[in-house]
Amino acid sequence: MQNQPYYRPLRENDFYADKRSARPIIQGTVARGHLEADTYFYTGKIGSNDGDYMPFPVTAEVMARGQQRFNIYCAPCHSELGDGNGMIVQRGFKHPPSYNTERLRKAPIGYFFDVMTNGFGAMPDYAEQVPPQDRWAIAAYIRALQLSQHATESDVLPGEQIAQQPPPGVNVSPPFDTQGATTAAPAPAKPNAAPANGGEAKP
Amino acid sequence: MAQVFHRSANTIARASIIGVVVVVSVLLWAALEVQRSPYATYQNVAQAQPVPFSHQHHVGGDGIDCRYCHTSVENSSFAGIPPTKTCMNCHSQIWTNAPMLEPVRESYRTGQSLIWTRVNDLPDFVYFDHSIHINKGVGCASCHGPVDKMPLTYAANSLQMEWCLNCHRAPEKFLRPRDQVFNMRYEPPSSQNKVKLDDGSVFTDQIALGNELKHRYNIRSIEGITSCSTCHR
Ligand code: HEC
Ligand code: HEC
Ligand code: HEC
Ligand code: HEC
Ligand code: HEC
Ligand code: HEC
Repeated sequence: MQNQPYYRPLRENDFYADKRSARPIIQGTVARGHLEADTYFYTGKIGSNDGDYMPFPVTAEVMARGQQRFNIYCAPCHSELGDGNGMIVQRGFKHPPSYNTERLRKAPIGYFFDVMTNGFGAMPDYAEQVPPQDRWAIAAYIRALQLSQHATESDVLPGEQIAQQPPPGVNVSPPFDTQGATTAAPAPAKPNAAPANGGEAKP
Repeated sequence: MAQVFHRSANTIARASIIGVVVVVSVLLWAALEVQRSPYATYQNVAQAQPVPFSHQHHVGGDGIDCRYCHTSVENSSFAGIPPTKTCMNCHSQIWTNAPMLEPVRESYRTGQSLIWTRVNDLPDFVYFDHSIHINKGVGCASCHGPVDKMPLTYAANSLQMEWCLNCHRAPEKFLRPRDQVFNMRYEPPSSQNKVKLDDGSVFTDQIALGNELKHRYNIRSIEGITSCSTCHR
């Protein structure tokens, strides 16, 4: 009764040499519901170039999701601001470039999707850990981060003012405790800030 | 014929009846205590692992979120143990020569799985699901204890039926806002510690917060989640 003869996830099986009860998928198998027909959604590429639009509309929920996922999977190295001074980098990992360089601000949004899907140089890929929908949300959030770090006087809504100092009690560099918070994205995350075409439906 | 038993034998006989009852109860009690003790449940006993993986360093020290490694915890019954690739995301560059990490590198080279020792293990006749607990505001720490302070992982609770029911009978004592589920430093509300929900309402009392969350997250009735077929199906 305690251990019954069936397999729970990751349980050992002595029949196979590698002892895995869950067998790796044979190359070329397409599981039901996993036909990746919408190539742009799954690769971020049009032909061999990176595309520059979101495959689904960017809403406040998508932004909040992107922020949350970014803070889980990317912030350990890229930091929550995207400047590349994350905790793992402070412990000796290669320093990634800041997202606020001219080059990355000009990079099409599909490029960020591609880096997450296939890795880039010393950076590992996140295809296993982050599903495509979330990778797009992260890409949209990175766009918002770039804008927030590059805001000018003219981006301020009429009648609003830029605070010279953060209001008392506001912590500028968020501590670990804010991880997983589902608050809305930071100020300049205008939904239309990230190029969205809103045309294609979600798969 | 002379009497075989002296008069005092009556008293001894009576006393021994009580004695037997006492001895049997003590033995039963001892058996129950042993059955609940760490000796039988492995509560608080750290397990030896092929690699001395430390949540204290990775979570407490480096601030990595649980979901970075336990990717399926939010939407499946199984929390997920990270594949070797996840370790190599960082350890391809950090501590690359540490002998401690040799099994990880070997596993990455050869494709053989690392075989971790289970720490929390329910019997197979019990049905358990992580995702519902996570989505209804039960924090990892409520069941797994201070994981961010564990140099080696141990089970912080007995995982016995008594323990599950203790919460299922009164979930309001444990619930927290959904966005705090992964936060290992969350403190339940008290007069010193105010807890705020998204809509701005503030709580200073766990029971009040718990009841509000029970309502918001549509937690079923106590009868619903304590009936046998919830966990034995
Ligand atoms: C383990 C640390 C680490 C994590 C986690 C990480 N990155 Fe990186 N990233 C790097 C490093 C290092 C580089 C620089 C790579 C190089 O130049 O060799 C980099 C580079 C990049 C670049 C720039 C590529 C270029 O053209 O210069 C992008 C974009 C990027 N990462 C996005 C992400 C996203 C999105 C995530 C989260 C899903 C993420 N990274 C998570 C370490 C990391
Ligand atoms: C860097 C990757 C990583 C992170 C981040 C991480 N874990 Fe783990 N966790 C592991 C590995 C590897 C194991 C298996 C080895 C062991 O039991 O120590 C494990 C095991 C566990 C176990 C015991 C599993 C069993 O055998 O029953 C629990 C409980 C757990 N983790 C909870 C957490 C919680 C809660 C967090 C977030 C606060 C967290 N982990 C963050 C990698 C990670
Ligand atoms: C996001 C990056 C990251 C990931 C993923 C990661 N580690 Fe680490 N690991 C570190 C860092 C940084 C250190 C150095 C410890 C410190 O200074 O906090 C470390 C140290 C270690 C050490 C030696 C020091 C100690 O903690 O006692 C071991 C063993 C280890 N990691 C095992 C693992 C295993 C096994 C995995 C995969 C489940 C893993 N790590 C995944 C970043 C990571
Ligand atoms: C309601 C209590 C409860 C909560 C909340 C909870 N766990 Fe668990 N966890 C368990 C139990 C019980 C097991 C043993 C499951 C089994 O043996 O089938 C377990 C097992 C695990 C394992 C081993 C793999 C598995 O799924 O069997 C990991 C890893 C883990 N938990 C991580 C987490 C993380 C991370 C969180 C927070 C997001 C969390 N748990 C929240 C009760 C809980
Ligand atoms: C700290 C509180 C807590 C603990 C401990 C706890 N649970 Fe739960 N459990 C909940 C809550 C809250 C729900 C959600 C009830 C609902 O949605 O109506 C739940 C729901 C469930 C469900 C219903 C899932 C479904 O899909 O119907 C199962 C099964 C379950 N728990 C099993 C267990 C088992 C087995 C244990 C002990 C190993 C356990 N729980 C320990 C709080 C807890
Ligand atoms: C909240 C989940 C939950 C509910 C509800 C529940 N059980 Fe259990 N039950 C468990 C768990 C967990 C165990 C395993 C305990 C252990 O590992 O010792 C268990 C074990 C048992 C056992 C075996 C005891 C042993 O020592 O082997 C019996 C018998 C049992 N339950 C009967 C019941 C009956 C009858 C009901 C309804 C009145 C019930 N359970 C309701 C979680 C539950």
